[in-house]
Order: sequence, then C-alpha cells, then structure tokens
Amino acid sequence: MTGTGVGEILVRLDHVSARYDKQIVLDHVDFHVHEDQFTGIVGPSGAGKTTLLRLLLGTLKPVAGTLTTEPDLRVAYVPQLETVDWNFPITVFECVLMSRTQGRRLPWASTTERARVMSVLDRLGIADLSQRHIRELSGGQQQRMFLARALLREPQLLLLDEPTSGVDVSTRHDILHLLGDLHEDGVAIVLTTHDLNGMAAHLPHLVCVNKRIVADGSPAEVITPTVLEETFGARMEVLEHLGMLVVVDGAPEVRSKAM
Amino acid sequence: MDALFEPLSYAFFNKGLIVATLSGALLGFIGVFIVLRGMSYIGHGLSHSIFGGFAASQLFAAQFYMLGAGLWGIASALAITTVARRGRVGADAAIGVITTASFALGVALFAKFGTSGPSFENALFGSILGISVQQIIGLVAVSILAAVFVFLRYRALIFSTFDPDVADVSGVRVARLEAMLMIVLSLAILATLTVIGVTLVAAMLVIPAVIGRMLTDSFGKMLAWSTGIGMFCGFVGMYASYYAGVPSGTMIVLVGAVIFVIVLAITGGRGLRRSAGLDKHHDVAELAPVVTR
Repeated sequence: MTGTGVGEILVRLDHVSARYDKQIVLDHVDFHVHEDQFTGIVGPSGAGKTTLLRLLLGTLKPVAGTLTTEPDLRVAYVPQLETVDWNFPITVFECVLMSRTQGRRLPWASTTERARVMSVLDRLGIADLSQRHIRELSGGQQQRMFLARALLREPQLLLLDEPTSGVDVSTRHDILHLLGDLHEDGVAIVLTTHDLNGMAAHLPHLVCVNKRIVADGSPAEVITPTVLEETFGARMEVLEHLGMLVVVDGAPEVRSKAM
Repeated sequence: MDALFEPLSYAFFNKGLIVATLSGALLGFIGVFIVLRGMSYIGHGLSHSIFGGFAASQLFAAQFYMLGAGLWGIASALAITTVARRGRVGADAAIGVITTASFALGVALFAKFGTSGPSFENALFGSILGISVQQIIGLVAVSILAAVFVFLRYRALIFSTFDPDVADVSGVRVARLEAMLMIVLSLAILATLTVIGVTLVAAMLVIPAVIGRMLTDSFGKMLAWSTGIGMFCGFVGMYASYYAGVPSGTMIVLVGAVIFVIVLAITGGRGLRRSAGLDKHHDVAELAPVVTR
C-alpha cells in the first residue's frame, strides 16, 4: 500500500488490475491517495504510469480489484502536451473556461466567471495571453494554461501526466514551485514522470511502477540502484550532490564503452 | 435582372430556395462539431444508411416514410456508437458495415419495388421538385432543435470535442452528449436529404466547416462562418442549379468547393495550418470513455 498522507483517503485502489485488450498493464496494485499527498509515479515507458493515472481519474475501469472514490470528489487533470490537438480553434480564455461545466449553461462567460478565469490566469502569470490561440503559447505557457483550467475547478485532487515533458529547465522549476504552492494550499497531487533528476528527486513521495508497484517512499528510499534496476530493467548509479540525489544513466562499463 | 427574379415566380423554386438555404445553414452549423471531432466519415455513412431506411419505409409505410427513415438513421447512429464502444470493431469498420449494408438494402428495395416518393436519382443527388410544406416545417423544426441543443450544451460540446476524457471527469456526460449529437445529426441529414441528396450531404457537413476553420482561430466565429457559408452555398447553389439544369445538390456542393479554393488562395499557408489535423480520426469509443462518475 502506498501513500505519504495521514489524512483522509480520497481514492483507493485495492488489488486492482487493468488491461488494454488482452494485455495486462497493471497487476494487483494497491494504491491510496490521501488528501495531503504529493506523489510522483515513475517507471519506464509502458510500465502503467498513465494507466494508473487513468484509474485514479476514473476513465479506465479495473478488470479486477476494487476502486473506491470519495463521493463528490473534485478531480482535475492536466494532460500530456503531446496528446493535445493544438489546432483546435480555441483561445486560452476559452480553454480555461470550458472546465466550468456546472451551473451556468450559456455559451458566454458571466462577469464573475470572467473575473475568476482572469484571476487564475494571473496567478499563473499568463493573464496577458488570454486572447491568444492555444497554438501560439510556449511549452511552459501551455502547461500553465492546463493548470489554470484544472485550478478553476478548485480540485481536491490534481492529476498530471508528464507535466515537465518537453519543457525547459526554467519552466520545470516554475512548474515544481507552482505544484508545491498548490500542495501547500491543500490540493493532493499525483503526477507521472520519467524525469528522475529534474522532477522525481524533488518530490516528497515516489512510487516506482512496472506493471506492479515495485517500491514506494521518499526519494532517498526509492532512488537506489536496486530499486531503479528492478523498475527500469537497467543498471543506474545514484550519486549525491549538494544533498540531492543524481541518477546516472548506465553502469560504468556501459558508459566507458560509449565513450 | 429579370432573369434573376424569374425562378422566383415558380412556387416549387421558392420552396426549394428556402429548403436549400436552410439546409446549408443547418449542415454548416452541425458540421463544425462533426469535423472537429474527426467524424466526417460518420456523416457520410449516416446519409447512406438513411437512404436504406428511406426505401424500406416507403415500402412498408409510405405515408410515414420520413419518420421511418429518421428512426432508421438514429438507430444506425446509435448502433455505430455502441459497436465501436465495445472496442472489438473500430468506428470506421462499424460505419463501413452498418451503413453500407443499409445503403445496399435501400438500392435493392428501390430496384425490386420502386418508390412512391422521390426517384432513385433524386434521392442520391437531390432535387427541388416535390418539396412539401411539411418538409419545410420539418426542416425548420430540426434547425430550431439543433440551435437550442448547441446553445444549451455549448460548453459541454466544446469540452467533449476538445478533450473528452477530462470532460467526462469534469461533470460532462460525454456518452450521452455523443448520443444526442448523433440524433441531431441524423435528423439534420434526414431533413436536408431531399434537396442535397444522399451522396452529397456529407460534403455540406464538411466543406463549410473546413472553410470556417481556415478563416478563424475562434470556435464561436468558426460556428458563425460555417453556418453563413453553408447558407450562402445553399442559396447560390440552388439558383445555379436552376440555370444549369443539374441536380440541386451538385451545384450546392460545387459552390462550396469554389469558396474553398478562393479562401485557400486568400489565406494560403495560414488557412492550411489552421485546418491541419481536421482529418485526424477520433474513435467513437475514445470519445465516450468507459466509466463515468
């Protein structure tokens, strides 16, 4: 069973298995999301990271086990930027507003809604881009826009699929800080990442996945050569630099051959 | 100038002009959602499927053939959605099987028993002859239904078109909305079939929407452009068909094609960039996630 939190459980997966067609992607996974959780899910491609996120989101049905969600849980999701149709005819403002599906049904925004959207965009530093088409944003701005859309729902649980994929170092830092602030505000956060050094090592709690939960705990507990080899199926070295864990790709003999 | 007003002296032309203009507007309006969802093939398939219902209904209940064809179309749309959602057969394959089988049945019934309504050729390519007041009322009713549906579900429709998975967990009942859109689409195709024709309805769902996309980056403006362009195509195409002496559907589609070329020449690469990706295919199953809560 995994989870940092001691607070109330928002979502729990007990012995859950999931599959696409006939291929099992996750096998008998136990995973609890507490209200004060901030967890990174790491693992190689095809390990079931996004599947785990989709189970938490509720868009994938387990084929075995039980999935329990707190009633009326407000979940928000930030998709992988690569999966978005950037040619869709929509402005930043319209994209953020679309998450307001409850209550008002009229196509246009009310004064209150307009103020709320602009306030969230302002908090994320992209208020001046509100009338731009979504394709005209940089990677970091696109990520912020989806965060804004998620925040407009005032979520209890925020799920992010590879939030730092394809963004530069500075944007990655910004996103980490933003997520830290949101967690401080009481939002439970679960994200997937394959960026061990730039993202995972900075999170308070990690879960290593490869069709099952290989390990979970703090970065110090999880980012070890043994766990990483079991998770990724490859030897990795772990160094410590200025108090931070640094994963070095490949065993020494592999690196020397490459050089 | 007199030549321009001459066709208006014929009652059948006036009815045809009203129906063609309204049909163009309706198909342009609904077409935006169909095109942006990458579902153009569904429009094509449904029109063929409805043709089967058209023929069968005339055979068994001639006075209610429009109702029968409508029910047939809705049943086909829901069957496609259901078969595709079960995951064993893709949406393309489901459309291919269900709608072409329905079309083949229609052709067989026409060949064997003939028809008491529109001729085979008119059903395929559209005609302005024999348009009844009831058909005009039906088209107006479907247009109002489509407008009210989009107005009340505007945000949910945009959300589920852009990002169906997230829409689903954000309170949008994507599967239900999808079914409602399919029903509105079926009714729109049915109501416009007589003037535009089975084989050309799909073109009028796609062409105005694509032109609209080339002209703007805003969803609301695309909806307005597409509706306006569809309306223009219907009006001008109907006039052109009168003078050219060819089926109305063909001229309506050709006017749309000419506008497409003109807009392409004006917008150039910008227009092409905007409309890029409109051919991407969303599986119906993908649009309606497995679990809702």
